[in-house]
Amino acid sequence: MFDPRPIKLTVNGRAIEAVVDSRMNLADFLRRDLKLTGTHLGCEHGVCGACTILVDGASARGCLMLAVQADGHAITTIEGVASADGTLHRVQEALSRHHGLQCGYCTPGVVMTLLELDQDREGRALSEDEIREALSGNLCRCTGYQGIVDAAMELFGSQHSSQT
Amino acid sequence: MKAPAFTYHAPTQLKDALQLLADLPNARVLAGGQSLMPMLNLRVAGPDHLIDLGHIEELKALQSVEGGVLTGSMCTQRRVERSPEVGEICPLLRDAIRHVGHQQTRNRGTIGGSVSHLDPGAELPVAAAALNATITIASLRGERIVPFSDFAQGYLTSCLEPDEIVKQILWPKAPKGAGTAFLEFNRRPADFAVVSVATQIVLEDDGTIAQSSLALGGVQGAPLVLDISGLSGARTVHEGFGEDLLRGLDCDGDELYPAEFRLEIASVLIGRALSKALAQARSVAHV
Amino acid sequence: MSGNLGHDRIGAAMPRLEDRVLLRGQGRFLDDLAPAGLLEAAFLRSPVAHGLIQRLDITAARGLPGVEAVYTYADLRPLMSSDHMPLALPAGGLRHVIDPDVLAVEEVCYVGEPIALVVASSRRIAEDALALIELEIEPLPAVVDPVAGLEPHSPPARLGLPDNLVARTGIDYGDADRAIASAPHVIRDEFRLSKGGGHSLEARGVLASFDDIEQRLTVWDSTQMPHRAKSILVDALSLHESQVRVVTPDVGGGFGPKAVFHPEELAIPAAALLLKRPVKWVEDRFESFTATSGERDQIWTMEMGFTNEGKLLAIRGTLRYDHGASTPYGIALPYNAATNLIGPYDLPAYKIDIQLCLTNMTPAAPTRGAGRPQGTFVMERLLDRAAEKLGLSREEIRRRNFITPDQMPFPIPVRQRDGSTMEYDTGDYPRCQQEALAAAGWQDFPARQKQARAEGRFIGLGLANYVEATGRGPFESVSVRISPSGQIIAATGATAQGQGVKSMVAQIVADGLGIRAEQIEVVTGDTQLTPSGLGAYASRQAVMAGNAAHHAALAIVEKIKIAAAAMLETQPDDLEVSQGRVHVKGVPDHGKTLAEMARALAGAPGFALPGNLPPGLFANSDYMANGLTYTNGSHVCEVEVDPATGTVRILRYIVVHDCGRMINPMMVEGQIVGGVVHGIGATLFEWMRYDAQGQPLSVTYADYLLPTSDVVPRIEMHHIESPTPLNPLGVKGAAESGTIGAPSVIVSAIEDALKPFDIKITELPVTPTRLRSLLRKAKEVRS
Repeated sequence: MFDPRPIKLTVNGRAIEAVVDSRMNLADFLRRDLKLTGTHLGCEHGVCGACTILVDGASARGCLMLAVQADGHAITTIEGVASADGTLHRVQEALSRHHGLQCGYCTPGVVMTLLELDQDREGRALSEDEIREALSGNLCRCTGYQGIVDAAMELFGSQHSSQT
Repeated sequence: MKAPAFTYHAPTQLKDALQLLADLPNARVLAGGQSLMPMLNLRVAGPDHLIDLGHIEELKALQSVEGGVLTGSMCTQRRVERSPEVGEICPLLRDAIRHVGHQQTRNRGTIGGSVSHLDPGAELPVAAAALNATITIASLRGERIVPFSDFAQGYLTSCLEPDEIVKQILWPKAPKGAGTAFLEFNRRPADFAVVSVATQIVLEDDGTIAQSSLALGGVQGAPLVLDISGLSGARTVHEGFGEDLLRGLDCDGDELYPAEFRLEIASVLIGRALSKALAQARSVAHV
Repeated sequence: MSGNLGHDRIGAAMPRLEDRVLLRGQGRFLDDLAPAGLLEAAFLRSPVAHGLIQRLDITAARGLPGVEAVYTYADLRPLMSSDHMPLALPAGGLRHVIDPDVLAVEEVCYVGEPIALVVASSRRIAEDALALIELEIEPLPAVVDPVAGLEPHSPPARLGLPDNLVARTGIDYGDADRAIASAPHVIRDEFRLSKGGGHSLEARGVLASFDDIEQRLTVWDSTQMPHRAKSILVDALSLHESQVRVVTPDVGGGFGPKAVFHPEELAIPAAALLLKRPVKWVEDRFESFTATSGERDQIWTMEMGFTNEGKLLAIRGTLRYDHGASTPYGIALPYNAATNLIGPYDLPAYKIDIQLCLTNMTPAAPTRGAGRPQGTFVMERLLDRAAEKLGLSREEIRRRNFITPDQMPFPIPVRQRDGSTMEYDTGDYPRCQQEALAAAGWQDFPARQKQARAEGRFIGLGLANYVEATGRGPFESVSVRISPSGQIIAATGATAQGQGVKSMVAQIVADGLGIRAEQIEVVTGDTQLTPSGLGAYASRQAVMAGNAAHHAALAIVEKIKIAAAAMLETQPDDLEVSQGRVHVKGVPDHGKTLAEMARALAGAPGFALPGNLPPGLFANSDYMANGLTYTNGSHVCEVEVDPATGTVRILRYIVVHDCGRMINPMMVEGQIVGGVVHGIGATLFEWMRYDAQGQPLSVTYADYLLPTSDVVPRIEMHHIESPTPLNPLGVKGAAESGTIGAPSVIVSAIEDALKPFDIKITELPVTPTRLRSLLRKAKEVRS
């Protein structure tokens, strides 16, 4: 059964009009219809965080939202983070510097969470515990989180982490 | 793991949503979707119609009122978490919401969705039980107001009829000098609770306990309110109070967390929560 | 950065070449590939652990709009060269070879076993069709416990087998029976050890496409071993070598399970052959829990004899191992576990009987650590028990049993998979432990512990040592080619799942050629571009592909020098290669670019090649292992336990690690930290549970708990570098090592924290429920 729904939204600043099957989730819509494959699916039941995107600036699980629910909203995906000329965002730069990614599958979700954290902290320096709590909704099987935490500490931390 | 087919409805008025709910067979209401969407993806839920409440503005209210804090059922958990007023008027709700999921799910998860779903591991129903929050239920037939004690009936089961939804919840204002605590046992901080305790204590001017309430999650299908009126007049909570309180209580259990274990944890958490709430009430009194 | 040095060197903490693409979401993972005309697949899987299919009616599913095909075993069998998938890794000790079936024939042997395959225009329609397949299964008794399953009257896990003892092997050296009989002290214990799964965040996936004009099958496979996948596909589908190409796109983590060839990797290519259209299957997480191989329970019944001074005399016992429902990967796992028990200690006699039980659970195969953490766990627990019995400290009993550096190389009379005898190459185990203790403040800890207990807090410190055999052969390939356009391409049979293999190879080749790593394009995991290769397993890629890269770089430099010497009319020894040029030493202007050299060696019609060399500027190395290299480490961790709730919190975690020479210390540390956290998960959180009927109980990430950032500590790293003489780079493996020490050290710390209760932990994982149960029993005993 196909239940077509027209939607209008912006994705990474670009206005999009599309017709979606109502049961299609937002992550599938981004990946399949818009070919924005940087949003990854790791569990499709809302736990792993690989599909984290921003909806009107607030993080959300792309697998726990229907595409039709994005109607009228502004979505930001990993493809919208670096500059158009390819210059990396400082969060991305820091992740590379601190070896905060290995296989890279969880990385787009991690970046989106860190962008929201930066926005929410409103310039306040964060403790390592606060950073670890903020990242706890993004599973990573490769890094043991250390490189990710170190990257966030460098950018948002109240103290620089020990260089190991 | 893709959702099964359904027909999607996006009413903008509450009455339209209620009409759809009354008319359509095998319909389900979509609130924040943080529980329903996994169920759809896993195909353990298979509604023919999905009624999205996300476009109904009147359900999104968050306001302080005479008796406390009023949350529309579609008010997000994140808004409640970030509201300074909630912390002042209803500190137990603030305490509880800090334990709910991750920010990515609190951004979309709603107060009404969590309270209606009644997952035994969810925090908000336990807080609602301890405070006996007031639930306004709406259907085409009209509105009715029920205390949480009548609302929650068992495992994932509320008193909602198939044509009804939760419209709003009134979280009672904490009396002056109240101390609160929400504690939970889980394996990782953001997980659903295995066992949770919500308590609110109010002191007399002389430092003795005037009123107290306490609810437990994770021991029975629905949040369990325990009678701790025996504490009235006391100044402290004696060691073993939790154990005494729970003696002989029927408790659910499974292989991973057997009843015996849950009761042990519950008695520990009760002791700790009461101590914390008492200490907080005292510190408020001394300000 | 190495920029100011002009080129990247071995040993530098060079940021990875892979990062830029991945950070922007531009990686190309399996599910990102969507060729025109793509169809998507879903599998009907067994809902029971053991049973016989009575009815399988696919009529309604076939009729659903959007469905292209529904296949059962009977539909695929005509394409197959044999009834079962031809996997058989050679393994001594196997009594029954039980290769999996591409789809179940009649009997199903675990929940999740594929029965039928739906191919449709989209995955959601394929799933809709699954619901329309009518399936009736007559249940049979399920074997869910490897101990009960080995009893004489156990029902069979697979009909027709005489028993469930699928393999039996062992180790027997010294005279363990006599040593135990005459030992002044003997301790006995039984350990029941679970270990979590691989759980790469990207699950498995396969995309197959058959080109009808060229008669070629291309398979994109999220695998650790593309060359093995290719050879199995060639065999199973009776195709010519030249007809099959297996390519690994970016892979979102491997951790072991993706080294195993699973039925879907054959079923999807078969469907593509039948349909002549590209077909893709991406495993969802529910499937991953039930259909992807992982490690299963090990039950160790052990005894250890030792002297009054705490010197080990012998270890003897039985390891019973749940092998799951088939034999996809030989019997490496429990053998790894048994050999790894020995660790850094001089064990004069050792006898272990290893019995592998076929059960009705998902087939077993290695995950990160591959049995080694369990073997180490048994040894480290026994040492702690012996220390307690003798009143020795935990570090002292280890000190008294260490193999010392002056004993290296240290032979151990245990036969390995390749027939050779185990021999530790290098390492300073006493120093490694000492540095870990010093970093942790081991000496001062008792005072801190006493103080904490006075405050009602239970803190404890644990210690564990281990070795790991790394760099398993037989070979790995790297070829380096410099094209006339000046492009430098290194292609390797090694495969990348996040370890940074491309950066590692590029860094080594760059060091040899005196250029920047980013100037080199590294190709991994493509059977068309590398004719031979093995892939990722046994912490081997830095050792094997690293040395192959090193050899290839040296060889190409030599060729450049010989050719350039002829062109520049000088001697090869008078030349050097750096900054993308070959030139006379000390005279950078007098030389040629590498592109010019490549053009010269590409040949021109009728002209001789410089130096009478064979054509082309390339070098290939198939590096052969000279034996396993042994990485070692010492872990110390501090925990706080809440006895009232059984909750364990890790406060500090220290690793002193020795993997020989480090090619890129940043990447080595990334591997170790990730490995430790994998081990923390296996110790405290992860548990794949089944009920008595073989139904899996933990099939979502809400029930199966992976460690999150807020429950793991910062891992403090220290290194010792004891280069191995067994390879030119002096490197040892590092990818699994971190996992190995974690269960041992955490449990040692928990027991230390709970010393007033005198509890002994013999089961993994350690859950609050289990700890509370132990504490309750301890209380009952005391009262």
